[in-house]
Amino acid sequence: MASSSELLKNQIVLITGCNRGIGKAILETFARNGAIVYASSRKEGIMDELAKEFSKKYSTTIIPLCFDVTDVNAIKQAFTMINKEHKRLDCLVNNAGIMQDALIGMATETNIQNTFNVNVFAVINLIQYATKLMKKQNSGSIINVSSIVGTYGNPGQIVYSASKGAVISLTKTAAKELASYNIRVNAITPGMIDTDMFRSIGEPRISERILKIGMGRLGTPEEVANTALFLASDMSAYVTGQIIGVDGSAII
Amino acid sequence: MTNLEKYNEAFSKSLLVTEEQLTTLNYQSVAGWDSVGHMSLITTLEETFDIMMDMDDIVDFSSYSKGIEILKKYGIKF
Repeated sequence: MASSSELLKNQIVLITGCNRGIGKAILETFARNGAIVYASSRKEGIMDELAKEFSKKYSTTIIPLCFDVTDVNAIKQAFTMINKEHKRLDCLVNNAGIMQDALIGMATETNIQNTFNVNVFAVINLIQYATKLMKKQNSGSIINVSSIVGTYGNPGQIVYSASKGAVISLTKTAAKELASYNIRVNAITPGMIDTDMFRSIGEPRISERILKIGMGRLGTPEEVANTALFLASDMSAYVTGQIIGVDGSAII
Repeated sequence: MTNLEKYNEAFSKSLLVTEEQLTTLNYQSVAGWDSVGHMSLITTLEETFDIMMDMDDIVDFSSYSKGIEILKKYGIKF
């Protein structure tokens, strides 16, 4: 589904990790729906062309931002910039994440630290700064991209699944704490989605995994993005603290 | 309005305290300055002075006088 509407017309949005995969799809879907998007990625210059292309294609404004989500000072600078330019933030999408698989007994200290720095600690810091703006306007939507393994676990992913489980629990806590400010906080738990990262496991393993999906196919990044669109828009005005699976009835 | 007056007003509005109470005020020394009141005070101060405080400073903001010291770091003159 690639129809456009004005569901997010002139809404100010920050999306992290949007140079590829699910993040890129969320960026395009939000742009198509009229959002003004601060699109962040870690690598300098990587978002510039995409930002120009989507700005022109959807007659909106995409502002590329380059910062490492684990750098608290860089996060602060990004929010200071948004505050100066727009004085508001309607939606934050915490999409940036890393996945390093490791069996129990092989998870290094560096793997554990890096995974939690990006997937959990950065999300907490981003929420803290985002809510500074959202509380003032008494509204906002925060969308955290977790994973199906955060709910069900998966062999070989003790670190990654723990980090995504943490995202689920922090989503529930933030939703409770921020409800009185009319700030909604929800998480999406994608299942097996057809991204470069997922494709990297190789064709034989992909076919094997597809057998475990009730709908018999991988999900698309756009299907995850459409759920994010629903959560960002007023269509979900009374939805908060929810963990929404986008997994085609996958069993892991 | 001077910065000190703006600072005092932020306290009065956020914590529902009188001007006489201000100078000796500490975190949790009055009912209004609990954790919720604290966040409300910080939001008001950030809006009033157009600043964004670091998390460490928000946690260190433990009294009326300490707050003045912290705000000076952000270029607010008293």
